[in-house]
Amino acid sequence: MKFSLAWLRDFLETDATAEEIAAKLTAIGLEVEALEDPAARLAGFRIARVLTAERHPNADKLQVLTVDSGDGPPLQVVCGAPNARAGLVGVLGLPGAVVPADGFELKQSAIRGVESNGMMCSSRELELGDDHAGIVELPKDARVGMAFADYAGSDPVFDVAVTPNRPDCMGVHGIARDLAAAGLGTLKAKSIESVPGGFPCPTEIRTDDPEGCPAFYGRVIRGVLNGESPAWMQARLKSAGQRPISALVDITNYVMLGWGRPAHAYDLTKLSGAVVARRAKDGEGVTALNGKHYLLDHEMTVISDDAQVHDIAGIMGGEHSGVSETTRDVLLEVAWFDPARIARTGQALALSSDARSRFERGVDPGFVEPGLELLAKLILEICGGEASEIVRAGAPPSGQHTVSYGPALCAQLGGVDVKPPRQREILESLGFTVVESEPRWVVTAPGWRPDIDGPADLVEEIVRIHGLDQVPSTPLPRADGVARPTATPAQALERRLRRAAAARGNVEAVTWSFLPEREAEAFGGGAWSLANPISEDMKVMRPSLLPGLLAAARRNLDRGAASVRLFEIGRRYMAEGERPTLGLVLAGERTPRGWANGKAQTFDAFDAKAECLALLGEAGAPVENLQVMGDSGAEFHPGQSATLRLGPKTVLARFGMLHPRTARAFDLDGPVAVAELFPDALPAKKSGGFARPAYAPPPLQAVTRDFAFLVPETLPAGDLVRAVRASDKANIVAARVFDLFAGMGVPEGQKSLAIEVTLQPGEKSYDEADLRVIAERVVAAASKLGATLRG
Amino acid sequence: MSDLDTLAAEADRGIAAAADLAALEALRVALLGKQGSISALLKSLGAMSPEQRQAEGPRIHALRERVTAALAGRKEQLEAATLEARLTTETLDLTLPSPEAPRGAIHPVSQVMDELAEIFADMGFAVASGPEIEDDWHNFTALNMPETHPARAMHDTFYFPDQMASDGRKMLLRTHTSPVQIRTMVADGAPVRIIAPGRVYRSDSDATHTPMFHQIEGLVIDRGIHLGHLKWTLETFLKAFFERDDIVLRLRPSYFPFTEPSVEADVGYAEVGGRRVLGGDGNAPGHGWMELLGSGMVNPRVLEFCGLDPSEWQGFAFGVGVDRLAMLKYGMDDLRAFFDGDLRWLRHYGFSALDVPTLSAGVGVRA
Repeated sequence: MKFSLAWLRDFLETDATAEEIAAKLTAIGLEVEALEDPAARLAGFRIARVLTAERHPNADKLQVLTVDSGDGPPLQVVCGAPNARAGLVGVLGLPGAVVPADGFELKQSAIRGVESNGMMCSSRELELGDDHAGIVELPKDARVGMAFADYAGSDPVFDVAVTPNRPDCMGVHGIARDLAAAGLGTLKAKSIESVPGGFPCPTEIRTDDPEGCPAFYGRVIRGVLNGESPAWMQARLKSAGQRPISALVDITNYVMLGWGRPAHAYDLTKLSGAVVARRAKDGEGVTALNGKHYLLDHEMTVISDDAQVHDIAGIMGGEHSGVSETTRDVLLEVAWFDPARIARTGQALALSSDARSRFERGVDPGFVEPGLELLAKLILEICGGEASEIVRAGAPPSGQHTVSYGPALCAQLGGVDVKPPRQREILESLGFTVVESEPRWVVTAPGWRPDIDGPADLVEEIVRIHGLDQVPSTPLPRADGVARPTATPAQALERRLRRAAAARGNVEAVTWSFLPEREAEAFGGGAWSLANPISEDMKVMRPSLLPGLLAAARRNLDRGAASVRLFEIGRRYMAEGERPTLGLVLAGERTPRGWANGKAQTFDAFDAKAECLALLGEAGAPVENLQVMGDSGAEFHPGQSATLRLGPKTVLARFGMLHPRTARAFDLDGPVAVAELFPDALPAKKSGGFARPAYAPPPLQAVTRDFAFLVPETLPAGDLVRAVRASDKANIVAARVFDLFAGMGVPEGQKSLAIEVTLQPGEKSYDEADLRVIAERVVAAASKLGATLRG
Repeated sequence: MSDLDTLAAEADRGIAAAADLAALEALRVALLGKQGSISALLKSLGAMSPEQRQAEGPRIHALRERVTAALAGRKEQLEAATLEARLTTETLDLTLPSPEAPRGAIHPVSQVMDELAEIFADMGFAVASGPEIEDDWHNFTALNMPETHPARAMHDTFYFPDQMASDGRKMLLRTHTSPVQIRTMVADGAPVRIIAPGRVYRSDSDATHTPMFHQIEGLVIDRGIHLGHLKWTLETFLKAFFERDDIVLRLRPSYFPFTEPSVEADVGYAEVGGRRVLGGDGNAPGHGWMELLGSGMVNPRVLEFCGLDPSEWQGFAFGVGVDRLAMLKYGMDDLRAFFDGDLRWLRHYGFSALDVPTLSAGVGVRA
């Protein structure tokens, strides 16, 4: 909402400066986003008279002027304007002045070899108008030497961000009322005189949609002359950013911006029959004043005559019946529309307008007839003509509502103790009526404040006018002692996983939650697709964290990164819900080529496995008991990927090499290892205390024994290790593969697996017989898997 | 000079002159070996008379000990020299690089969320969370934004056309973290003291807006909580977060459908070297006010939607952009870079795994 100081002063008697007003507006919730003084941009420009004008010696189109700028000797100025001539009084920009139109700072210079000490300016350069054919010509009596800003008149413009709850402040009058309440002046009492009707209204006016349009008031004014509006009105409209169009249009805009009251003027000759507010028929259409055609439906209220729709009620008039320079007779419409209906219609048509933004927030139902009178008065004054009697179809709601209010609430909720008489004063200055009764007051909100809903709203009114800076800062009550831990187990786990992953050299990324459809498809497809994505690249909610990380990996590799270790902790969006996930992508080089170890090495599936086990270990999972199983997914290399499970069903992670087809879909060339962890699948930790199980290191040293087995090629090493470990649980504390071999010396279809078994003696050291028995158990367990001890 | 003295002098000379361990060993054999000259002397003791033995015995033994010590000393010398000589052949160029371990990093958004959790934990706030795919009741209706509310349109909401909640509610991406307020109050009742950080979405994309960003919501519901408590909480949190005591807050009346009264909080800043540095009174010379967060007293309508009696319970809520807080504290200037996964950016603006925010060490990480 933009308006000038002069316009504000039409409504507010005040001595405050523009800066003081701006500060107060912001302090009471009408945030001033900009305070601009068009005149301030004219600093350094002054009124000057051209004394002489000679041809430039070196240029045909230029003249060399001597200019009287009021003080000092005449200045020499080079000028290209055809109208520059001796005796002309115009506007001179001195060196240092900044041209408003282009921000160019004037300097003393030589133009084609002739010194120039400034510039005579055009209207366009000063942003006073569009004229750029010549320099500004001021009346001959304009005082030479006067600052042009003073001559043009300073009228600062406020740009206020009006919050959606304040339709009353979408008019200058409402803003003036708030300022007056805040002590910045006195609201000028402006009674709106009634304009007597000289004849019965010739047009029938009806509302057939009392729900959408409870009140439709109208009158005809005939014999108007729709020329230009007066300069004072144009100046006010321009300050609001409105281009003056014609007197009738300007007057309706002036009333809308001045009083927050939209209205519409129809060219009477374009109407036929009764003018009616009604529901649109499905499929009916109208071409609006913006030149676009809109298809309407039965949820929308329109104004129509016998022939067609002329107005999308409360939003935008129709092109057909709008007023023009030739309009002689007008029908004025001042109506009150249901705000919700306006909002729905505007949303459905994706059509915004100044009228809609006011109607959907709620215009003052008490200002229907005054608005019509005001319009008529202005039209008669400016355009002449004769007004008809008023036709009133329906009646606006009262708009007033009462709130039961205890003044103690101000301190209880607002935290500031404002004395009840002052509270009452504030409310009354804002137009509320207050009846003091015990224990609670009865406060009636004025019709222009549809936002007032309950006592809390009154506290807000009192506190904002009294001053939020008056609210003392009050410490929150605090629990005794040291602050308690607040993180839930899931939150603590997430933090731990994040820092563990980073500690292992992985870099955390945050990628978009949405993916291009094809990337989601590469990972099994997403369950959630947006109706209105920003772009096709951000359409489907991710079913996996890997696509976003793979795309990021590709961008990094494209930028020349040699090694990419990226992880992210976030959600996957599945049909059944959102699941916390850790995704990891390892691409490019695991180790760079080096003087010590030769060629660069790429990542493999075991790198991904190592990360999974390390992270699951940090998360408290029993990593030595996890099973490596299949079903990692079609996105993975079928022979180099697996799931890690706790028991056969609970999948804690999947990892491995990306399927080359998947890698290609993401434009990734080399081998890419990936992993996805599912922290919510981890069983909850049972222990509640801090003490650990009792433990004393065994007195006797552990011993190791090596076993080399020939096993079928297809036997997973993990199965053999598990069998060996389980073969004598009392003695065997660990078993690990230390050699894998196939080929020379190993029969076809078999491989050799060498296992180091760690034995922990208890009370006494092992003797040969003990060790023989344990070895027999190991070999027997292994043989059940088809393993034979290598001779 | 006796024979023994002569032998001793010769032995000393020979030992000192031995050039290597082999020569020394040969000398040892010649002196102390079975056939050695000193061994022969020792053997000769047996043939002596007791008087003679008493006189010669100690001398011969002394000679043997002296030679033995001299041999050992020389051996040690020669061995040390050999080791030195070997070590000189083992010299490494230690300017060569050692094996590199990859360097990881924590994303600034995660770091700042951890910092906030730490600060608010001290003030007794737990961390709550809720779904990002929300229904319009939690995201709007229960927050006092009925369907036709103009503020709804201002939220630039992403909708899902294909799904509906079982009760016919429209599904959408939450536009703010405020629905977590609703879920927390509905589930846990009152009193409440939570923060709720998380991803939020608006269909908005330009230089300073991304369609996804992070917010943190704060909610306190209790008996007797008022605007003064809100002011204190915001001031205390901002001072702790920016680790500056000169943070000045300016509350400004505003409007959010879910709070009443609603206030926007501006923070004073100074322009330092083209950067905005928070701190100081925004009205002071060289200073200004920066809009930082929205807040207010929870609207009684919202409490009613959540099944709480507004005559018994009241409180405040606030919401602030986490990415914005990170930018203001750590100096990033491009929001879009947060979500690009550029390793160079992440390493520069990211944090070490060991930078765990704690109150005792300071929640922030100084550059």
